[in-house]
Amino acid sequence: MPPLTRWFIKTAMVYLAAALLVGLGLAARGLGYVPAWWTALSPVYFHLFMVGWVAQLIFGVVYWMFPKYSQAHPHGSERAWLAVYWCLNAGLLLRAVAEPMLTLWPVVGWRWGVAVSALLQWTAGLLFVVNTWSRVKER
Amino acid sequence: MPRLSRWFIRAALVNLAVGFTIGGLLLGHKAFPVHPLLWRLFPLHIELLLFGWTLQLIMGVGFWIFPRFWRSRGNERPAWLAFFLLNAGVWLAGLSPMLSLPPVLLTTGRLLELAAVAAFAVHAWPRIKPPGASGRGF
Ligand code: HEM
Repeated sequence: MPPLTRWFIKTAMVYLAAALLVGLGLAARGLGYVPAWWTALSPVYFHLFMVGWVAQLIFGVVYWMFPKYSQAHPHGSERAWLAVYWCLNAGLLLRAVAEPMLTLWPVVGWRWGVAVSALLQWTAGLLFVVNTWSRVKER
Repeated sequence: MPRLSRWFIRAALVNLAVGFTIGGLLLGHKAFPVHPLLWRLFPLHIELLLFGWTLQLIMGVGFWIFPRFWRSRGNERPAWLAFFLLNAGVWLAGLSPMLSLPPVLLTTGRLLELAAVAAFAVHAWPRIKPPGASGRGF
């Protein structure tokens, strides 16, 4: 398993744990131990799971298992793949902080945080698609 | 990678690109509101990413790597049917609330998605077996 795949999969597992913890907090609101502001984490819970865990795990396995781009560059552009990893994770982490903060405290700094997180995740998604497209082939 | 997997996976990649673009627009809109009409894209975001990307990619990879019967993948027809049903269902269910189409179209979209999963299961069920086995047992 190549190093970048290990990074993708291990990071994905951390997100899975984080998503389940946030979800635990959301579920425990009714018990009265969790502060009301925790509700602002609701979209974060979902996206930590679907982007941080599911999509990231898929990205790591695709990098590793899909047909080779070429003998010299089996994964396509390694730099683009590194950018996918960093943009996805920087973007998602920033979202996890900035989106609830914007709900609770709508100042311009958090607005920029949310906007930059959107741009980073979008860049990661598009770079993944471009870099994977030509590896979807017979062999 | 067989032809049908290439179709499934390329369609999944297109859905990922469009779904992430909509997600990025919605998130950007939360930061700096552009126009309330943008929220109309929300159901399409969900449909494209949950079913059009995640589910479709899994079907494509499953069709490719599940155990085979010697060199054959068994009955491929239901898997092809799943491809067409899923894509029709995702776009119908995603676009109809956005375009305020009659609610029966949303239900039809969801039904097509359900039928796609059933068709894929008909194809894949016998392939979920030890390598070399006939696929008739459990
Ligand atoms: C595999 C990837 C993704 C899936 C399956 C997905 C799915 C969903 C779902 C089901 C919701 C509704 C959640 C709820 O109502 O609490 C949602 C909301 C949303 N998603 Fe995603 N999404 C994905 C990726 C993204 C990305 C990459 C972005 C941004 C770059 C994004 C932006 C949003 C926004 C802004 C909302 C609305 C949040 C709110 O309620 O204020 N999503 N998404």
